[in-house]
Amino acid sequence: MSYLDKAALKVVGTRPIRPDGVDKVIGRASFGADMTMPGMLWGKVKRSPHAHARITKIDTSKAEKLNGVLAVVTAADFPNIPNEEAFVGEGPMNFRDLSRNCMARDKALYDGHAVAAVAATSSAIAEEAVDLIEVEYEVLPHVIDVEEAMADGAPLLHDDMFTQGIEPKPEKPSNVAKRITFTKGDIAKGFAEAELVIERKYSTQPVHQAYIEPHACVVSYGSDGQCTVFSSSQGQFMVRAYCAKLLGIDMANIRAIPAEIGGGFGGKTLVYLEPVALALSKKCGRPVKLVMSREEVFRGTGPAAGGVIEVKIGAKKSGRIVAAELVLKYQAGAFAGSPVGPGCMCAFAMYDLDNVHITGYDVVSNRPKVAAYRAPGAPNSSYGVESCVDELARELGIDPLALREMNAARDGTKTPYGPTLVNVGYIPTLEAAKNHEHYKTKLGPNQGRGVASGFWFNIGGESSASVHVNEDGTVAVVEGNPDIGGSRASMAMMAAEVLGIPYEKVRPVVGDTASIGFTFLTGGSRVTFATGMAVTQAAEKVVEQLKSRAAAIWDISPEAVEWKDGKAFPAGSNAGSFEPLSLADIAVKSGRTGGPITAEVSINAQGAGPGFATHICDVEVDRETGHVKILRYTAVQDVGRAIHPSYVEGQMQGGVTQGIGWALNEEYIYDKNGRLDNPGFLDYRVPVASDLPMIETVMVEVPNPRHPFGARGVGEVPIVPPMAAVANAIADAIGTRMRDLPMSPPKIRAALDEQEPPRLAAE
Amino acid sequence: MPRVNYAAPSSVDEAVKALAGASGLAKVLAGGTDLLVQLRSGRIKPDLIVDTKRIPGMIGIRDEGNFFVIGAATPGVMLSSHAGLEHAWPGIVEGADLIGSTQIQGRASLAGNLCNASPAADSVPAVIAARTIVVIAGANGRREAPAEAICTGPGRTSLATGEFIVEFKIPKPKAHQCDAYLRFIPRTEMDIAVVGCGTNVTLDANGVCTDARVVLGAVAPTTVIVEDAAKALIGHKLDDATLAALDKAAQAACKPITDKRGTIEYRTKVAGVLARRTAAIAFERAAAR
Amino acid sequence: MSKHHVTTTINGEPAEYLCEAQQTMLDVLRDELGLTGSKEGCSSGDCGACTIICDGNIVCSCLMLGVEAEGRDITTIEGIARGDELHPVQQKFLEHAALQCGFCTPGLIVAAKALLDTTLNPTEEEARYWLAGNLCRCTGYDKILRAVMDAASVMRAEAGR
Repeated sequence: MSYLDKAALKVVGTRPIRPDGVDKVIGRASFGADMTMPGMLWGKVKRSPHAHARITKIDTSKAEKLNGVLAVVTAADFPNIPNEEAFVGEGPMNFRDLSRNCMARDKALYDGHAVAAVAATSSAIAEEAVDLIEVEYEVLPHVIDVEEAMADGAPLLHDDMFTQGIEPKPEKPSNVAKRITFTKGDIAKGFAEAELVIERKYSTQPVHQAYIEPHACVVSYGSDGQCTVFSSSQGQFMVRAYCAKLLGIDMANIRAIPAEIGGGFGGKTLVYLEPVALALSKKCGRPVKLVMSREEVFRGTGPAAGGVIEVKIGAKKSGRIVAAELVLKYQAGAFAGSPVGPGCMCAFAMYDLDNVHITGYDVVSNRPKVAAYRAPGAPNSSYGVESCVDELARELGIDPLALREMNAARDGTKTPYGPTLVNVGYIPTLEAAKNHEHYKTKLGPNQGRGVASGFWFNIGGESSASVHVNEDGTVAVVEGNPDIGGSRASMAMMAAEVLGIPYEKVRPVVGDTASIGFTFLTGGSRVTFATGMAVTQAAEKVVEQLKSRAAAIWDISPEAVEWKDGKAFPAGSNAGSFEPLSLADIAVKSGRTGGPITAEVSINAQGAGPGFATHICDVEVDRETGHVKILRYTAVQDVGRAIHPSYVEGQMQGGVTQGIGWALNEEYIYDKNGRLDNPGFLDYRVPVASDLPMIETVMVEVPNPRHPFGARGVGEVPIVPPMAAVANAIADAIGTRMRDLPMSPPKIRAALDEQEPPRLAAE
Repeated sequence: MPRVNYAAPSSVDEAVKALAGASGLAKVLAGGTDLLVQLRSGRIKPDLIVDTKRIPGMIGIRDEGNFFVIGAATPGVMLSSHAGLEHAWPGIVEGADLIGSTQIQGRASLAGNLCNASPAADSVPAVIAARTIVVIAGANGRREAPAEAICTGPGRTSLATGEFIVEFKIPKPKAHQCDAYLRFIPRTEMDIAVVGCGTNVTLDANGVCTDARVVLGAVAPTTVIVEDAAKALIGHKLDDATLAALDKAAQAACKPITDKRGTIEYRTKVAGVLARRTAAIAFERAAAR
Repeated sequence: MSKHHVTTTINGEPAEYLCEAQQTMLDVLRDELGLTGSKEGCSSGDCGACTIICDGNIVCSCLMLGVEAEGRDITTIEGIARGDELHPVQQKFLEHAALQCGFCTPGLIVAAKALLDTTLNPTEEEARYWLAGNLCRCTGYDKILRAVMDAASVMRAEAGR
């Protein structure tokens, strides 16, 4: 069925209180570190202080002798996993790499790489024990920067890494894991036709997802081989799959229970602690809790990729873009698998272009393995492309929104990576931005305005949901996706809408791996789309059952029953004359009409509509200190249909704020020894409340016909435009283009001094 | 955190004894906002922590004739809510108020900020600029020292083993005397100062500066009293030439490092900017009283 | 290093516990007393997720030792609601969807409640600076500020009754 007629909706589109809300405002919600188990021990991971080192010896004997220590593990306690591609998490991953990322084998590949772990009766003893583990290292030369890692003679992380995507296969190993290309049309021809060509190089630094909840888990490994894993992650089925593979456990023997998750943004789409905790628990026969410190989160878990973005755009004087070329060099961290693929695919997806050539490099270096971060790959490449388009607009004297509209992707546009776009709402976002009062307000001295757009695919995939009618006519919904930002509310709303009952009568829960069918993790902006589709279908199946139960009670044909406003009615006078039966009326009699009324649906959802956004940013620059203040920010986005508008706005506002942090201050800073120099919230500077204005949102609704309610993913695209929007605003304010993120005060002051050497310094 | 012993003496003498009698490293706990971070990170491993907050007089602000006497463990929130102090030395209160978040203000103290001996300490420049005296207790009884004599380098103080600061004596302002403190940070809150500047000026009735102290933070191993900056101000009104001379003097006094918070060039330039900006505020305040 | 016996008041109720000197107040709340509403996000006073009220001031419980609580009056997130009635800040957080993951929420609510205990007329800017020590990575703070300002107006109306 379809529920695309917005006017007919009673629940979807309203703003009810989330079902898990009260527990979260009174401190009762149970996050990863909040669980305890009887007899539980405290674990602690020992980490490499070296960026690149061969592990020649690990002596755990002193730690093992410390009173209160019950288990110590190293890589020797894990199976040596062969090279095998995994399609479990959000990005590309290899089981061997993941195993070695959880516990270094032979070599430590970055500062913070796990080399051993202990379990003890208290956290203080565990900490003492970690210090007693003696690791001998042979320190090797390291490489941090992406272009240095690509250079001939760079220290090699993996001597079996031969660049994929190059024919013939290279003879020498390198740090370039992969080269990919996308081609549409003929760029040589395109650039030959161009009347203006702009070629620029941009760069970004890795940034961390910086969820406030550190990784945490509590596990138990039973003597019969049955395991319980309670952990904070973006997917309990992902946790189960990785733990099973890395430790050689049957999936049936792992029950992965999703904790409430304290933020993830892609960073909790893989495991770090769970396999280690299981290995410890197996060794000592006791439950083990492992919780990272903030420093461990920064040093040991995936930031987003940084990299180099080389953009070349050719255009006619009219503003029509005739050719576009892009080279991306993305950091993967210590193991292959940067999001350079989606970076390539998203870069020009806002544009309807005939001639495009894109090359991407996936490059390893001595940094933690990158993890997905909100639209992984797209923010970097889009920062480059959307900055370059802004430079083009300024050069041509064309309004940047008008230039984008002239070249905008629309229904029928064939993307550089293959598919043809349908039912997309990019142009409406440009129009809404252009017509927004924000875009027309005047600016003061040292103030500037920038716009930028962004694209994200959004995904569907495998989801399961079940709907259970309780005996009193209330309803339970069980779904398989950890709720990272209010999705339980959306699931309950869609079920309530289909069933025709009040939202408060529907209570959703996130099931563990034994209580709901397989569900792909919370990522790719897929939950409201794919799992929402499963919930909707399960609710529809329940409606069919309710109709047949009413038919049985009335002794008429099920086809003669109509379901409306939560009640069964005879479908027209020919069906007979009966008092309507409410869901509760039918529920109470369900035992006598065939048993419990439930339905479970498992699907592989297709047709996730892509998301487009256009942002407007105003800044003011303090020319003496280089400080940038965000004065005003408006985010316009095609959201398909906002199921719970408040949480859609929240996704937009949160994504924008993360993008502002990426633009202005966030970065990984390494010292000359390859050690992370800012592994804490003091010097890894995420935006604080006083840094920001209100983030205005405009939800454009171009329904996605492939979803029953028209929903499309909304969570990721909001982080794509901000870096370019801020950079373009700064360029407007100071007349200088900042092509290297973050655009921190020292860099801006230096850029201003280059423009006009300061008077006092010249004296 | 590593295991440690704890004592909460109820008198200065008891505290001195506890500190002197400790078998290994003993650390004084006032607000603890630096100490606990260092403990947690393993940067220090003391055997004993001596909590001074139970000692009478360690928390509170007294008005004693020519001085405000501030107990060494008085949290920032008490400074910013003390109307008399705020009126007299808005710059000192601004500096103390900039240490960390509201939560940190609930605990962080002047003594802790000073004895942590970071050149970037926000409360220190204005405290030094006001010619504050600190009272120190130790095995040999009490002694006094100017605030600038405490920090001798990053993480190092002139306090002898077993000594701790009991109180701060801040002279009250003279006629037409006032101060200001500004710091530069990349965000609007929650950062360590990239550069800090406390400026304290005394004017005559015509607005001409008769006395000044300009103190820079985070541009050298310790806070710097910029004598040439004071000279640039004394005898002058705050005109463009004075500001230019002040800026130049401030920049010349900088011996900063390049680190994750700023570069040598940047810190030097911003020191000049903040010297000018604090002078403008301090002059305006001083003239208004 | 024997344990210390601490007698204190937590959420209006008398509390006694044993703790080691190096245990933070946050460790004590979470691991000894089962009050897991206060969260550990950084252990360095930079995120505010562990915010509690101690003798009327908000502090990071990760930067306070458990032994220091002797004789103090402590309020945690578990003590903010008025019995079974939510505090206006809690209610407005729900109505404004001011939480996404909910991990920073306890600290923010404790801090915001303390702000409104001090003033019922904060400006948005004052509220932003007051809350600058509470990191939220999900919301961009917009809805949090709206919730706090709305709670202030509710409390002003209550005070005026």
